Formats: sequence, structure tokens, C-alpha cells
Amino acid sequence: MKANCWVAPDNVAVQDVPDPRIINPRDAVVRVTSSAICGSDLHLLQGYVPAMRKGDILGHEFMGEIVELGNGVRDGLRVGDRVVVAFPIACGNCTSCERGLHSLCENSNPNAAVAELAMGHSPAGIFGYSHLLGGYAGGQAQYARVPYADVGALKIEDDLPDEKVLFLSDVLPTGYMAAEMCDIERGDVVAVWGAGPVGYFSAVSAFLLGAERVIVIDRFPYRLRLARERAGAETINYEDTDVMDALREMTAGRGPDACIDAVGMEGHHASAALHAYDKTKQAVKAETDRPHALREAVLSCRNGGTISAVGAYTGFIDKFPMGSFMNRSLTMRSGQAHVQRYMRPLLDRIRKGEIDPSAIITHTMRLDDAPRGYDIFKNKREDCVKVVLKP
Amino acid sequence: MDVRSVTDALGIQRESEDRAPQSSARVLGWLSLGLGVAALAAQPSVSRLCGVDDSPAARTVLRLAGARELGTAAALLIPRRARWGMWARVAGDAVDLAACAMAMRDRRGDRRQRLTYATLAVAGIAAVDLHTAVRATRGARRTTGDRVRASVTVNRSVEDTYRFWHDFENLPRFMYHLESVRMDGDGRSHWTARAPAGQTVDWEAELVDDRPNELIMWRSVAGGGLPNSGCVRFVPAGGGRATEVRVELGFTAPGGRFGARIAKLFGENPHQQICDDLRRFKQVIETGEITRSDGSPDGTSLRQQMMQRPAQPLATR
Ligand SMILES: [Zn+2]
Ligand SMILES: [Zn+2]
Repeated sequence: MKANCWVAPDNVAVQDVPDPRIINPRDAVVRVTSSAICGSDLHLLQGYVPAMRKGDILGHEFMGEIVELGNGVRDGLRVGDRVVVAFPIACGNCTSCERGLHSLCENSNPNAAVAELAMGHSPAGIFGYSHLLGGYAGGQAQYARVPYADVGALKIEDDLPDEKVLFLSDVLPTGYMAAEMCDIERGDVVAVWGAGPVGYFSAVSAFLLGAERVIVIDRFPYRLRLARERAGAETINYEDTDVMDALREMTAGRGPDACIDAVGMEGHHASAALHAYDKTKQAVKAETDRPHALREAVLSCRNGGTISAVGAYTGFIDKFPMGSFMNRSLTMRSGQAHVQRYMRPLLDRIRKGEIDPSAIITHTMRLDDAPRGYDIFKNKREDCVKVVLKP
Repeated sequence: MDVRSVTDALGIQRESEDRAPQSSARVLGWLSLGLGVAALAAQPSVSRLCGVDDSPAARTVLRLAGARELGTAAALLIPRRARWGMWARVAGDAVDLAACAMAMRDRRGDRRQRLTYATLAVAGIAAVDLHTAVRATRGARRTTGDRVRASVTVNRSVEDTYRFWHDFENLPRFMYHLESVRMDGDGRSHWTARAPAGQTVDWEAELVDDRPNELIMWRSVAGGGLPNSGCVRFVPAGGGRATEVRVELGFTAPGGRFGARIAKLFGENPHQQICDDLRRFKQVIETGEITRSDGSPDGTSLRQQMMQRPAQPLATR
């Protein structure tokens, strides 16, 4: 089959690789019908996530049709079913899974010992997301093996098109969880750093959960336009406006009630000098992540407010404003999305028309064009927000 | 032998390490940081101090050395344990010494004297680095003597966990060094373990103590191929919904040929093997299967993790 593989930093290629097969009783093999490129794939592309190996198949947002099932798969999945696959691999049986913390599954990372060295404890395995998180082949391919399919694959029973349900695998639950972690009360103002797909869905979800105003911060006018026109958010372009001043002004001095970091480790800073400083430290590995958005979120948030961090971080950050965080009684919550627990309720919201996930798709291309998809997404060319690959 | 131990994320006990090489590695890390910053920021004074301020090439070399020291500092200060980072320092020292030797050839007088002092200083640092590197990496391969302890917490009741373990025929599912265990009745069992080159080792074992939902203790019967004993305790955790499984294995015969046999079965670090076994035990009893990824098709095994395949489906199995 064909698959999009990581070759070297900043280099992916579509290669011929063996077809996946059932190797465990709870596996399913899925013929991929749609697969997306995620913002966090860019961290892999640029080599910020350690433990990538030449030939690793990328992709953790995908859906398709079951073509083969292991004999231990429960929950009534059948060959021929259309399914969306959650990006964290979760067994459904461990204590974390039982608590609904699927991205912390204790059994799904066979390389847990290595992840423990880097992080203290290991999170769940993730499709196509380095050997630190399991060494699983990803879904930017014609076929994919889905371990623990009875937990990670959600059957789509009606005729909703791929475009409406594909993002249940990652960016929609991630954005929704980001908003849910804010414990929004009616009338709250929520600020969102990042107007990519996760930032967009955070804004949409914040409104669904009762926010009165949502303010989205980014530097690309076309992404801000999407947040304004489709999500109904107010926007700040940090390249021409001082974010903290603007937020203070917009909230008459109190600051947003909750701040969502949907940016993560590769954030940019309006100040070229500060940006260069962090990039340099990152280059000599004295700091792995660039936390501009997180710092600004902490400093901007109202007294006693909540920071919700869902942008991807991998290692260590520098100059975290702990004084502000402590003295102002802020709360921080974070996590990779526990996708499995959000898929069904969010599918219901899509069916009811409360969310239209297809709004973010700007590019649909063939799997063979994946390298070009990565290029335009990474370099924000052609007003690219989300690329969907059709194997 | 007293095994100092720590408990990890999954409640798996690990032996703790000799900390001395780790703390000297950190001191050396800070030294690298200082040297790197000095070489980059105060490059003219540093090159004068070393006696190489007469050549533009030396300035470039010094700047490169400074950048390298920063990288080394990161390798030593960021990971929790500095192991292979230390060898980067040793390699750097070798490069520095070579550079000093080359510079020595055409320096005379006062400058040569300063260069000699700089070279001696580098040689001294190299000796300390080498010593620390050897100790830090040797610690990684230390074996634990004749008793190995490990534990794990599983999300199953004490009753389920005890019942699963009590049937010794289940053990080869997650203990990869075992080929089979046959229950012979009467508390007797026959164990077959895999040895390299298709060989096997057999022994008979008997139950010594068996307290339902609490403890199982067994030992090999005299005259078997591999004298050993084991004990597993089951302790309720998480309000009785989970179970702490604490395993202790003993190899009581004197070393020599016997020690070599243990090493063949369990690899160089039996403790690591038992930890991997317990992770797989948790997978089997909680999920019914061993977790396999494309990069680790045989499941959890620390030994394999160093040489993983790319995350692509296997062509044949
Ligand atoms: Zn993603
Ligand atoms: Zn789990």
C-alpha cells in the first residue's frame, strides 16, 4: 500500500510499504477514506519530537471502512462499518481509561519505559507519533491497523459525509475539551491563543458551553477571518496589536475569565528579539519548547481565572510567570484530548447541526500529494487551515 | 544483598542507581555551560589566556568549541540521568587535546607556556570526564545479585489477580523467558525456560506456601536445572478495585556457572526483565492481550527499544 512516511526533518515522502494485518485479537484493519494533517504533525516534521525513525508512517486523524476484524473485538463492530478513529490508543480497561482519561491509557504504549525517562510517567500510545509514544504506524496511508478497535473506533451509522465527522478523531474533541476545562459560566469572556483548527473549535465550543464573548488571537488574517465569520469570535492580530493591552481594554481592565493556549511549543512572538532568544535556546537544546502563548495567557487572565493548555508541548519551558500564576490564584488544566469520551456526544452535536466541522477544510488532495500538503500547511500558504488527504 | 529500590509510575520497583556519577555529571554540565558561554562571549580574553590569540583560525576553533560545550551542557543537564551525554564530553576533550597539540607545534615563548597550562588543564578535565563517563554508563548495566524484586498495580480485584497467577500455566504468556509451565497436581509444576540457540532449561517446582488472595510462594525441587524460588504477594489498592502485585525472585545457588545461566535466561539485567514481565502481565490481565505496535511488534521489551524498526507494518511475521 501507499503511505506518507517521515524521512528526515522537514522531509516526508509517499512510499510503498507492506499492508497492515490483524496481529492482536482486538485489532481492526481500516481502509482509510479520509486522513488529515494535524498541526502537531508539524512538530514531528521539524524534528522537535524525539524518537522519530526513517520510514515512520505519519498521521493520527483518520477514518475509513473496516475491512478486517480480530476475533476479540467487542461492541458490535462489523466488517464494512464506517468508523472514525480516535488518535490516542486506549485499552478501555486500565484505571485511567475507566476514569475517562483515555490519552493516559496505562497499557497502550509499549515503549512506556522510554517515555518515563523523558516525562516521569508515560502517556498513551498515539498513531504515527514517534517511538516515544509507541511506534505505531499512522493513518496517512491506504490502510491502518487500529489496536483496541472496540474502544478507539466510533461507528458512523448515518450518511454524514467524511468531511463532517473526520475531525472527531482529534481537533474537534481537543478544542471542545479545551473549552470544557475552562468551567465556563454564563457570561464569561474566553480568550483563545491560536486560530488554527484547535483554536477554531475551542472558540465554537466555548460559545456552545455558554461563553458570552470569545476573543481569538493569531497573526494570519485569513485564520482570524475564519474565527470571526464562522465562529462569531472577536479577533486580535498580535503582529499589529499589543495583546495584553487589547485584552485589558476589551474587558474593561479585568482580563478574560479563561484563557486557552491552542498554540503549543512552536509559538511565535511579535517581538523578533524575544522570538530569536527562544529559538536560539531551542536550537542548542537548552529549552525544548517555546511557550510565548502560555506566558501571555497567564499574564492576561483575570484574577482567579483558568488557563487551559491543549497546544502540544514536549519537554521543558523557560521563564514561566510563576509569580503571577501563584499570586493571582490561577488554575491551569491541560491534557491531550481524551477523545474516546467526547466522540459520541460530539457526534450528536454534529447531527443536530450545532457544529459544522467541515468549515475548517481549505484543501482536499490525494495521498500522493501529502508532501505538498505539509508544505502549504506548514508555511501557511494558499490560506491553508486544514488539509484532508484522500488515499 | 541490599537492593536499594525506587518505585516508578506503574508502581514497578526499580533498583536505584549509584548517584555519585550523576551528580558529578551535573557539575560537569554546569562547567560546560560556563566554558561555552565564556568561549562565545569573551572569546578574545579566552584565546589570550590559552596562548592562541595570534591566529584567526584559532578564534574559529574556539568559537566552535564554545558552541559544542553548550550542546554538551544541554546533554548533561536536561536528562534525568546523564549517561551517554558524558561520552560526548570525552569526545570533545579528545578534539580539544588534538587542537592543543596542533597549536603547540608553532607557538614559542610566553605564548607556548600559556598554551602548555591550557593543555594540562584540558588533560585534567579529560581524566575526570573519562572517569565519570565510565561510572555513569557502567551503572546502567549493573546486575542486582541473587534477589530481584518488582511490583505493579493492576486494575483487577485481588481475587481475579490471585486466580490468574495461581494458574502457573498463564505465566509464559507474559514472561518471555519461559516456554511453558505444566501443572502436575499436588502443588507440583514442571517449568521449561528458553535459553539461547534453541536450548531449554527444565526444573520441577513445588508450592511452599499458598494463602488465597494474599500470597503464593514456590521453589524449585533439589536437583533441577536452575535452583530458584519465588514469592508473589497481592495487596488490595484503590479501595479494593485494584491490586498491588509484588514479586520477589531468588536464585540461591552460588555463582559461577549458575550465574552465567541466569544471565543467559534473563539477559544482563534480570531486574529489567522482571519489570518488562510485569508490564506485560498488567496488559494481559487488564486487556486480554500484549500491546504490540509496528515499531515494537513483540510488545514491551526495554532491550528492543534501542533498535526499533520504523513504524510500518511488517511484511511477514
Ligand atoms: Zn493532532
Ligand atoms: Zn487503558
